[in-house]
Amino acid sequence: MSYDWQPLLLTFKLAAITTLILCLIGIPFAWWLAQTRVRCKPVLETLVSMPLVLPPSVLGFYLLLAFSPTHWFGHFMDQEVGLKLAFSFEGLVLASVIFSFPFLVHPVQSGFQNLAPSLSEAAYTLGKSRWQTFLHVLLPNIKPSLVSGVVLAFAHTIGEFGVVLMIGGNMPGQTRVASIAIYDEVEALNYDAANFYALVLFAVCFTILLTVYLLNKKFLTRLGGT
Amino acid sequence: MIELDIKKKLLGAQGDFTLEVKFRIEQGEFVTLFGESGAGKTTLLRCLAGLAEPDEGSIHINDETWFDSVKQSRLPVQQRRVGYMFQDYALFPNMSVRGNLEFALRKGANRQRITELIEIMALGELQHRKPNTLSGGQQQRVALARALAAEPQLLLLDEPFSALDQETRVRLQNEVLQLQRHFGITTVMVSHDVSEVYRLSNRVLVIEQGRILSAGSPAEVFGAGQAGGKFSFAGEILAIEAADVVFAVTLLVGNQIVHVIATAAEAQHLKPGDRVTLLSKAFNPVLVAC
Repeated sequence: MSYDWQPLLLTFKLAAITTLILCLIGIPFAWWLAQTRVRCKPVLETLVSMPLVLPPSVLGFYLLLAFSPTHWFGHFMDQEVGLKLAFSFEGLVLASVIFSFPFLVHPVQSGFQNLAPSLSEAAYTLGKSRWQTFLHVLLPNIKPSLVSGVVLAFAHTIGEFGVVLMIGGNMPGQTRVASIAIYDEVEALNYDAANFYALVLFAVCFTILLTVYLLNKKFLTRLGGT
Repeated sequence: MIELDIKKKLLGAQGDFTLEVKFRIEQGEFVTLFGESGAGKTTLLRCLAGLAEPDEGSIHINDETWFDSVKQSRLPVQQRRVGYMFQDYALFPNMSVRGNLEFALRKGANRQRITELIEIMALGELQHRKPNTLSGGQQQRVALARALAAEPQLLLLDEPFSALDQETRVRLQNEVLQLQRHFGITTVMVSHDVSEVYRLSNRVLVIEQGRILSAGSPAEVFGAGQAGGKFSFAGEILAIEAADVVFAVTLLVGNQIVHVIATAAEAQHLKPGDRVTLLSKAFNPVLVAC
């Protein structure tokens, strides 16, 4: 019996693109958040953490409204940028970035916060710019947090269901990711196909997480010098 | 030559106070900022480095202006060319010993300096190790070598020996002194250890609650000039035992344990754990070379 791989491939494509975008925005943001003393920091931290506690359908609902062509944001993205966000893959990416944001930012931010401030100060006294310090001193020393953040964001995007359903719908090849496909197959009493998707997701997530834990253990042992 | 005249409000443990200091340091001097913790010594050092900013005042070194609140000028820490040794050494855990030194090199600097420093500091065996696998004393040497690798015009040491045991401390103090003379580099050190100040610096500024209380050579400041034939040691009481009409007191002085006799009146105010000063008149002390 042949299975349809498309939902799985779409899931991993979504997760990969989301994680990449998250790295580009989330890591610098986490760095900034770790050291900033702006007054609105608690508000920003709350906003970042909201997706952790908010039901996905709430976020999905508001995103759906915002993405609609009648809303100024959806209208702007459609007319000026040329992106139709509602019920499209691009919309899914944007929603996943927002939704997985805390999963990347939290570990990375605490990684930065746990570094002694003297590390970056030492680099500054040695004439290194903030950017050089970030790249050569800070990032390499929070590797375990980086790996955790990236993997959590990736895995969480794979597992996302509610938001995807709200704003993506169920369009094969466009927005029909594996988690939706499972639901769909179960509804159609296709337990066999559902089991296939579920098993692959299970195996992939298990392997990723196991790799992370093994890597982190190795890294910590190496730093500890034992 | 450094001329500094700054003011900065500080939050202290016993309320706020103002750091208000003015001094001048000549080229090649070794100056110690001496005082209790929380007196503002480290903040002063950080202001010199550019890691903290004074509220007002000015810092000039040779013909450069590092800070001037009137002219609104402030040279960033990166451009000040200071070698700063942090209390926790701040070695980069992801780089080897050699990597730490190489990272410190300025653009276009001669790599030969690294090899030279590794040789002087006897780091050859350790150069490919990661900092976290080194002992405290070894890390201290790497931190010092790294601070010097950037060819600083000013060396700043923040309690550089506080985390070391007595023996390592004395050895490294001698090394610092030799290096400082070898490179002829102006040095400012923060310390609250009298013996360290004596051994290393040619001038000491005693700082209390943000102000310079006294300044001069260590001998002038700590009053050795008037001491005459008296010894005084700082020690800690380990035990007090009654022995007939007097009390036998066991003291830890440096890392030696000594027994002395105390009268009942003296012993009344003492208990194990107290820090005391042991004074003794030395009419004919025996000096043995070691």
